[in-house]
Amino acid sequence: MPQFTLKIRRYDPQSGEAPYWEEHTVEMEPKQSVLDALLLVKDEEDGSIGIRCSCQQAICGSCGVRMNGKPGLACNTHLDEAAARGHGIGWNPPDEGQAAPVITVEPMGNMPVIRDLIVDMDAVHWKKIQRVTPWLINKEPVPEREYIVPHENMVDVTQTMACIQCGACVSDCLSMEVDPLFVGPAASAKAYRFVGDPRDAQPLERLNDLAQDPHGIYDCTHCFNCIDACPKGVDPMSQIMRLRRKAADDYEIEDRNNGSRHEHAFVKNIRRNGLLHEPDLLADSFGGKFNPRAIPELLSGLPTMAAAVARRKVSPTLPLVHPHKAPPGVRDIYETVEGRKERIELNLYVTGYEDAPEDEGGDDKQTAGAGGEQGQPEAEGAAGREPAGEASAPETETGDSGGSTAESEENA
Amino acid sequence: MRVAYWPGCVSRGFTPELHGSMAKVAPLLDIELIELDRANCCGAGVIAEHNQELADTLNARTFALAQQTDGELMMNICSTCQGAQSECQERLDANTEYREQVNANLKDQGLRYEKGLTNKNFLWLLVEDIGLDELRARVKRPLTDLKVGPFYGCYIVRPVNRLGIDEEHPRDRYLHRVIEALGGTVINYAGVYKCCGFPIITMNKEASLTQAGRHLGDAIDAEADCLVVPCPLCHLNLDLQQPMAARTVGRELGLPVLHLPQLVGLALGLSPQELGMAKHVVKPTSVIDWTTSVVAAA
Repeated sequence: MPQFTLKIRRYDPQSGEAPYWEEHTVEMEPKQSVLDALLLVKDEEDGSIGIRCSCQQAICGSCGVRMNGKPGLACNTHLDEAAARGHGIGWNPPDEGQAAPVITVEPMGNMPVIRDLIVDMDAVHWKKIQRVTPWLINKEPVPEREYIVPHENMVDVTQTMACIQCGACVSDCLSMEVDPLFVGPAASAKAYRFVGDPRDAQPLERLNDLAQDPHGIYDCTHCFNCIDACPKGVDPMSQIMRLRRKAADDYEIEDRNNGSRHEHAFVKNIRRNGLLHEPDLLADSFGGKFNPRAIPELLSGLPTMAAAVARRKVSPTLPLVHPHKAPPGVRDIYETVEGRKERIELNLYVTGYEDAPEDEGGDDKQTAGAGGEQGQPEAEGAAGREPAGEASAPETETGDSGGSTAESEENA
Repeated sequence: MRVAYWPGCVSRGFTPELHGSMAKVAPLLDIELIELDRANCCGAGVIAEHNQELADTLNARTFALAQQTDGELMMNICSTCQGAQSECQERLDANTEYREQVNANLKDQGLRYEKGLTNKNFLWLLVEDIGLDELRARVKRPLTDLKVGPFYGCYIVRPVNRLGIDEEHPRDRYLHRVIEALGGTVINYAGVYKCCGFPIITMNKEASLTQAGRHLGDAIDAEADCLVVPCPLCHLNLDLQQPMAARTVGRELGLPVLHLPQLVGLALGLSPQELGMAKHVVKPTSVIDWTTSVVAAA
């Protein structure tokens, strides 16, 4: 049987001692989980290792840890998969001749450690979830019988309902790393779950709150870390983008973070120029060259611009001239698409991938997608996106311990 | 090889040295660039945030223009373009009905996107199509003694599945491998796969510049002589904004940041002037001595 070495980060903040690494080698099948190995070590070698776990079936969301640098659930990460995963992002197979593949196991990031692999979810994750009012605010009057929700509306929020609150996305959110006040990926996804629910009475208030907060939805940098972190395909970053779309375009919320202004400035900029005209984008993101709001912002950016001009990166006249003009084709596209009454959107979580092989069931992690070398789905298929349909039924997996209401029914 | 070439907007706007250096480097690698000069901005994720169909149609237009050329594939020099375009292509390729809907928007301009375009960043093309052995064979001035920190940028490494990163295509190691093939030394530091912060520079300047400043500081602490980036937007935050980032994180920085084609060009024997390195805010004099052309002289 192959050997795996677990390199576990041990730390007890109350001991006054610094964290340290401890290695344990186990003999196990490659398709056993990292959690199986941790529990074996705990049973047979050192009972003092702190790890939180419960269901061992990727439902309860308790055993979030970082394995070889990547966050996920210890219970649904195979040993060989964890070992093949390099520090950082992807694939870094063990060095040749290395006796046993090493798997570092650390507590999740962005949250304080209670002991060893256990982090304080209350201090960060649950606080942020609470901050977005994670329950349905009923429209009045509440109907006497079932509230019938159109199918497409429920499908729209299905993806966010798949969240099991494991905190893996919070662990590796790069915005939160520099701005701990950022509402973050999990809470934002939770917010979309209610913003997108036609039964909710206060979508405007919810969106306004998250758009005006200086650490709200406009703090996300599109780094995609939460998408790769999520073991359930919730894709929190896309939910943040949908919140922004609703806030800026459906509810026309002008936030004080320049979020909606930046979006509109960008869209207008390409309509006009075809290619990005940076000086206009900068000015328009603050409300336009002649807007009093823009003046302090543009002034504070002057040294940067002066440096760019001094190094001949840009011509000093660039803010006044527009070297590119959008080809007619670009303007035609804008007219056609923006002229529609309703936006057309394709959610691959819902529709799945045409070329994807049948879901073999069981493994609901993101295992593949399109965009392989030829832009074709990889051989492993897109099982992982939990395409809606018979196999996925995320309602059964909601298991939301956050006390939200009526998560799983179409009728409530 | 002939490629349909999409340089992106920023490489012709605020980082013109990137476009220029790619033009200088391409012939040295026998890459023939068919520039897509009628193509449009990828939307950088912001247009998709506003209206998905708009972003997908704009990019389908670029893809269709690329497919009209006789290039073997489409090449870009911007991670953000790679990521934003891959996202749109994923939707277009996944669903025939949706693709037809988008193609209907292009019909009047006589354009049509056919599923299955190959769109690669210069970094991927360098490793997968030119090959590291071939690259090594063409090196005229090995970057011996140059310690280079790779900075990938988010859009070219995540999401792993969409970007086709797997055991056969370890695209998240390619910058490391290119640096080594050019004779340089890879410096690993905390920021290799992190975000430069640029997308929120107008929304939360402090958070944005703290990200840039931290990664630069971490690379300096790991004793890097410079960073190399395949994304001009990262370059804006890491180089153009570096003095502001230094002020934000409260430490001196002064770390040169090179575009990928510039690093390749140096090793292939081009001069710093030819590669537009005078246009950098942090002048890369510690990377190469401008009078003697000795690499890592400082």
